[in-house]
Formats: sequence, C-alpha cells, structure tokens
Amino acid sequence: MSGNPYQDDRGNKDASITNPHGAGTMQPAHRKSGPIKKVEGDSPFLIGDCMTGGYGKGPDILHDCTIAVNPGEIAVIVGPNGAGKSTAMKAVFGMLNVRSGSVRLDGEDITQLTPQDRVVKGMGFVPQTSNIFTSMTVEENLEMGAFIRTDDFSDTMEQVYHLFPILKEKRNQPAGELSGGQRQQVAVGRALMTQPKVLMLDEPTAGVSPIVMDELFDRIIEVARTGLPILMVEQNAKQALEIADKGYVLVQGRNAYSGTGQELLADPEVRKSFLGG
Amino acid sequence: MELLNALVAFTNFVGVPAIAYGSQLAIGALGVTLVYSVLRFSNFAHGDTMAFGTMVTILFTWWFQSAGVSFGPLPTALLALPLGIAVTMLLVLITDRTVYRFYREQKAKPVVFVMVSLGVMFMMNGLVRFIIGPGDQRFSDGERFIIKARAFKQMTGLDEGLAIKTSQGITVVTAIVVVALLFWFLNKTRTGKSMRAYSDNEDLALLSGINPERVVMYTWLIVATLATIAGVLYGLDKSFKPFTYFQLLLPIFASAIVGGLGSPIGAIAGGFIIAFSEVTITYAWKKVATYVLPESMAPDGLVQLLSTDYKFAVSFAILIIVLLFKPTGIFKGKSV
Repeated sequence: MSGNPYQDDRGNKDASITNPHGAGTMQPAHRKSGPIKKVEGDSPFLIGDCMTGGYGKGPDILHDCTIAVNPGEIAVIVGPNGAGKSTAMKAVFGMLNVRSGSVRLDGEDITQLTPQDRVVKGMGFVPQTSNIFTSMTVEENLEMGAFIRTDDFSDTMEQVYHLFPILKEKRNQPAGELSGGQRQQVAVGRALMTQPKVLMLDEPTAGVSPIVMDELFDRIIEVARTGLPILMVEQNAKQALEIADKGYVLVQGRNAYSGTGQELLADPEVRKSFLGG
Repeated sequence: MELLNALVAFTNFVGVPAIAYGSQLAIGALGVTLVYSVLRFSNFAHGDTMAFGTMVTILFTWWFQSAGVSFGPLPTALLALPLGIAVTMLLVLITDRTVYRFYREQKAKPVVFVMVSLGVMFMMNGLVRFIIGPGDQRFSDGERFIIKARAFKQMTGLDEGLAIKTSQGITVVTAIVVVALLFWFLNKTRTGKSMRAYSDNEDLALLSGINPERVVMYTWLIVATLATIAGVLYGLDKSFKPFTYFQLLLPIFASAIVGGLGSPIGAIAGGFIIAFSEVTITYAWKKVATYVLPESMAPDGLVQLLSTDYKFAVSFAILIIVLLFKPTGIFKGKSV
C-alpha cells in the first residue's frame, strides 16, 4: 500500500455506511499545475519526448519513450502485454511522474500540468474502463463532456450525433444500459464535446466484438479526417496498424520500432514478434 | 357508519401522523442519501446537524416573538427558517473546511470518513446542548389546528373526530415543495447534473472539468438546507430536544437504507415505510377494532403490538430484514 494510514480501511466493506462506487482512483503526477513554457522551433503537434518515469515514487516503467502525433494523423501505440502502452499514453496525459523528457502540445511545454488542466488545454482523453457516466443518459453524458465550455455546444452535440447516429436514437437512455460498442461511442463522443485539439483513446476496442471493432475503427478514421490528431493504444495490433499513419511498437517501456503503419506491417521483424507472422 | 368511524379514527391516529412523520423522515433521509452518494459515506452527524439548524431557528423565532413579529396563523418559525438554514450552511461549510477537507486531500477511505462524521456528531451535539441546553423546547405558535376534532364531528355527524394540526399540514406541503425542487435541481440544472456525474464517476468528472470542491460545497449546502427543514418541521410537530434529534438518526438511516441508499426516490419511499410501520405497530388498535369487529369480539386490551417506548425497535427490525433479504433496498440503490 501507499503507507498512508487514512487509505487503509482495515477490510471494512460495509456498504451500508461506505460507498466506494465511482470513487476516484486517478493518481496524477502533479496535484497542482506548474508553469507552462513556450517552446521554440519545429516540433510535432503533440509529442511526449524521451519520457522516462513511473507511477509515484515507484521504479521507472518508461525509458526514453517518444510518441508524437500531428493533425490529421492517427498514431497507434502497440506492443505486447505489459509493454507500457497505456502507461506511455498516461504519461502524455500527466498521470505518470515523468522524471526526464517533456510533453509538448501546440508549441507549449505542458509537462508540469495536471490532467484536468491538460483537458482545458485541449486534450481529450478516453480512459480504457469506466469512461462513461453509467447512471446518466447519453445526452447528459455529452453535456458533462462539454462542462468546461461556456458557449453554446448544441452544434458540437449535433456533430457527435451525426458521427454516431445510434446515440441520437438512444439519447434519453441511461448510458449504462447500452452495449459495449455503444458505450465506447458515448465515451468518444463525450471526449469530443470539449472540441479537443487532440484525442487520446486508451484501447477503444477492448471487449467489443470484431464487427463492432471494425465499425469503431471506421468512426475513428472519420474523426481523424476532420483534422483532429488521434493517439490510440491498441491490443489489436494488425487492424490498428492498418489505419495508422504512425505506429509505435513499445517493448518494456522502450521504443522498439516506429514508422508508418504500412512500414511496420511490412517489417518482417515486427510481423514475426508481434503480429503472429 | 361503524366502518366510517373506524376509518376516521384510523386516519386521525395513524394516517395523518404517519404521513407527517414520514415526510420529516423523507427529508432527513434525502440529506443522508445525498452525502452517501456524492461524498461516499454515511453521515452520522446528520441528526445533530438537524438539531443545530432547529436550534438556530428556535433562537431566531424567540427573537422575532420578543420583537412582536408574527406570521399570522402560521408559526413564526417559518420566518426564522431561512436564517436557520443560512447559519447551518455556514457551520457545515466550516466543518467541511476544517475537518472533512483534510481527509479528502488524503484520499481517505470512506470508513475513515464515517468515523470522522461520528466525531463531528459529538462536537455538534455538545455545541447544541451548550447553547440551548438539553431540555425540551416548544416553539410552535400561531393557529394550532387546520381542522379541529370537534368541528369535524359537528360537520360530519360522526362519533369520531379528525384533527389535522397546522404543523402536519405545513410538513406535507413543505415536503412536496422541497422534493420537487430537489429533483428539478438534480435532473435539470448544470450543477445538479455535475453532482450526479461526480457521484457516478469521480475520475471522469474531473476529466470533464468538473471542480470536485465545488460539487462538495453544493452538496453540503443542500444537505444543510434539508437537515434544517426536516429538523424544524419535526420540532414544530412534536418538540425540540437535542437527544431526540440524535435518536432520529436511526429511523432516518433506516429510511435511506430501506429505500435504497443513494436513491432519492428510495429515501422518500423509505421514510414513509418506516413512519407507517412505526406508527401502526405502536398504535393501540382497540378503538378501531371495536368499530370494525362485532360486539362479541370487541377486544379487552389495548391491542397495541409494541409500546411507543420501543418504537426504535421497529426501525431496527425493518433495517435488519431489508439488509438480510434485499440489501440494495426497494429502489435499488448503490448499496451492498
């Protein structure tokens, strides 16, 4: 455990007095945002540059890992189990203590920002699990996505409904009653409501059927065509690399291979080790 | 005629008091359920928050009365209520700042919060007794009855009278208004929705730009309002005594759990279930039975299942039955 006595419940699970449902588990690297630095020179739109770090005071999980994405591109992080794919994405999102290296977005060094402030800066993040408000309707989920916006967001909501027509049909249904694929659409839709400058998806196709997976990928391509850069972690390496403009293969927290999706698919080494021949 | 008399007697001694008591419990349970779903612990200090709010309202009522201000036929306490709510809000916010916030920053487990609220309960309990004393206080004034038993008898020609106290009428009307406002707030306003979002998924709420401290603050404000209203209504209907309010915690918790913790509709339903069970089980049915049964079967005893001294046993029994057989409560809360 963390050694904090307040976080020890001594095995008390009595739900008639305590309610663990939906409690926060996020452990951001920074409690308070540090300064933002302007960065000179040419650099990709979003880049996690030479990131080395781990959770809290724990050992390093990432070693000199670099991930970047530009407008209109889909960048995909693939790799074997435990390679640090999700960790790399979380590092970009400020949930990991990045001890060296930096994260830059749109010409600004945002390494010291909290995840919340990164959302304000234009990062849309879709976590892998519990990424929707299950007890709220689809429409309320989208409204909550637009919480930081003070302007009229009905246009954006129409766009999301246009992208995911099924959501418009089920707008008044609690999101928790939807199927796995539809839930993922709600999750992506919620993130799009902030009108982010970059969209980050942590295994959007985890736990959905192959047909639904293909449909989700189609939608993701559609989003990318609007010019929104997408950074994505994927288990289904082959399908993901097929739609990727850029691919990063991570092994044990290090960049093992990188290149365009097609290059990686054609690379015999990558094929042999990760794509099953 | 006999049946009609039985019905009137039943309404007079069970129906009306239980509806009023149920409304008071429901408003109390709404506060408990709100803390449970948004702040994620059972607030043991709720009964004493009610006591504090009522005490402040009583003090302002006395002040108004001494200044000659009155509210016509309605109790002066209703005029003092907004002030009572405001002071209670202040106390609750100070408590949150100085006590609960520390544990939130530590990301303390809910059970730690429960124990903290127990400490807060003792502090508030002491504060209330220190200021107003442990004794009984009556503070209702104005017209005592909406319908008097004698007037009802003359009106209908029945043997049994039906009396409705002003406090009972006010309780029911206030409860309806409060519940309607709360549901509107939670389901239609941006702040209300953000509270539900925070309760549903704290991390995602944070990522959506919802400020947790803001949500916590609004929750406490609403809880202070509900607690004060419930406390004042109970005090008007019966009387104010700090220890009674502390004891109210049990039926209130029972209501919230029976209805389904975390479910506002459940809290209301639970309040009425507990109130009706308590009143029917502790009521002496002799009168009603005499009207309904043929003369030969008329009961000799009081036909009272349980003495009123044991009314808390009823809440306890229901609580245990629900936890054993339907732990999520009637309206499927988040519990257990």
